[in-house]
Amino acid sequence: MSTVRLLVGTRKGAFILTSDGRRKQWTVDGPHFGGWELYHLKGSPVDPDRIYASQTSSWFGQVIQRSDDGGKTWNPPGTKPEDLMGADGMPKGESNMFLYDASEKTGKPLTTHQHYDGSQRPWEFKRVWHLEPSLTDPDTVYAGVEDAAIFKSTDGGKTWHELAGLRSAKGQLWQPGAGGMCLHTILLNTGQPDRIFVAISAAGAFRSDDAGQTWRPANKGLQSKYELPDPDADVGHCVHCIAMHPSRPNVLFMQKHWDVLRSDNGGDSWHEISGNLPSDFGFPIAVHAHEPNTIYVVPIKSDSEHYPPEGKLRVYRSTVGGHEWEALTKGLPQQDCYVNILRDAMTVDQLDPCGIYFGTTGGQVYGSADGGDSWTPIVRDLPAVLSVEAQTL
Amino acid sequence: MIHVILPQHLRTLARVDGEVLLDITGPATVNSVLDSLEARYPMLRGTIRDHKTKQRRPFIRFFACEQDVSHESTDTPLPPTVASGAEPLLIVGAMAGG
Repeated sequence: MSTVRLLVGTRKGAFILTSDGRRKQWTVDGPHFGGWELYHLKGSPVDPDRIYASQTSSWFGQVIQRSDDGGKTWNPPGTKPEDLMGADGMPKGESNMFLYDASEKTGKPLTTHQHYDGSQRPWEFKRVWHLEPSLTDPDTVYAGVEDAAIFKSTDGGKTWHELAGLRSAKGQLWQPGAGGMCLHTILLNTGQPDRIFVAISAAGAFRSDDAGQTWRPANKGLQSKYELPDPDADVGHCVHCIAMHPSRPNVLFMQKHWDVLRSDNGGDSWHEISGNLPSDFGFPIAVHAHEPNTIYVVPIKSDSEHYPPEGKLRVYRSTVGGHEWEALTKGLPQQDCYVNILRDAMTVDQLDPCGIYFGTTGGQVYGSADGGDSWTPIVRDLPAVLSVEAQTL
Repeated sequence: MIHVILPQHLRTLARVDGEVLLDITGPATVNSVLDSLEARYPMLRGTIRDHKTKQRRPFIRFFACEQDVSHESTDTPLPPTVASGAEPLLIVGAMAGG
């Protein structure tokens, strides 16, 4: 029988939740890295025992951790002395070093972006928000970071280099939102190995068709009437999350700050599909594993009231690709619930029927083993949940 | 032999128990202690000071002989009792609460 493993990042450590394919009984393992913020953990699709984790702290900065045994043991990759010292005795690289590429080789100087006060500030690394392992090579992994940039490692996380062309996509106009200027979404697809989508808070969506060397904004059709002076500007939109089904890489679904949107042409243009949602503000969006037109969002009341409308925790599902949504409430609290669900905290497994999972800022992880029809709390009292990823083994 | 006391989270990261003992060649300064510490425990690089600029991270403090030496030049010689190993150099995470 299959196994489902949930990789849960929280404000105070990582937890690994495991169940057999029935998804009724779960074991909870953790905390790993107790006391640290675990922004994101994700396993390699080609080697599920290879898991990358972003461990970060206001005190001690960024550490990348890697497990090669499914989360039983962890090591910062490349920290053995022989990994670090070349024949000349000089350091070769460090697993937690994220330096913006301002080398002559790339010809990209360390550029500046807009700051809150209207001044231009140089990019400054703060943390890794998202790790996206390659679909074909367990040693290749991408990192989405704050200040917004994408880094790539091809040696299992030992060393990282920036794909600096992204900052040329009108980067001087990007500015941090209240949550920071973070690159939080990275979408890869096996059918189009050179195409990468990323999304950045308060900058928008961007697409590369040459494996990350050059990028262009992919925000046509987005409207941000109350956030931007020019509501349909090329960049500046606060995209919260993008999802795609691997069988339809040109169809993208977006949860923006406000509005749920869809693109049918690989991000060339977007149209709104919020339909009858009680609020079209929210953070995560997910696609059913086997039904490419079935999508899930969790409406949140507003950008200042980060909790569900009416205190009712409801996942909304559309089985027709948007516009028409149904509330999924069975097993979820329908009164006095004031938690938030963050952008990386909802995911699906690959079983049939498809399992859906999400974590809350109140420390609950809810799961559904029937495509969202009914829900049960897997665990109730974790630290605030930052991310949830499912592995189907 | 310099005695260094790390905050709990960095002891966990470096997988050490208790104090770290370091042999320093040349004058004992914060810089030379950190160079030696990071050479032996490379996973600590970037957690106490910036990789490139070597600037102390904002919420890290250095205590020696009941004095906060965080704001002194990192090339300033440490007190003789720290250099001799009679007193430890404390690397501390700044207080936080709520």
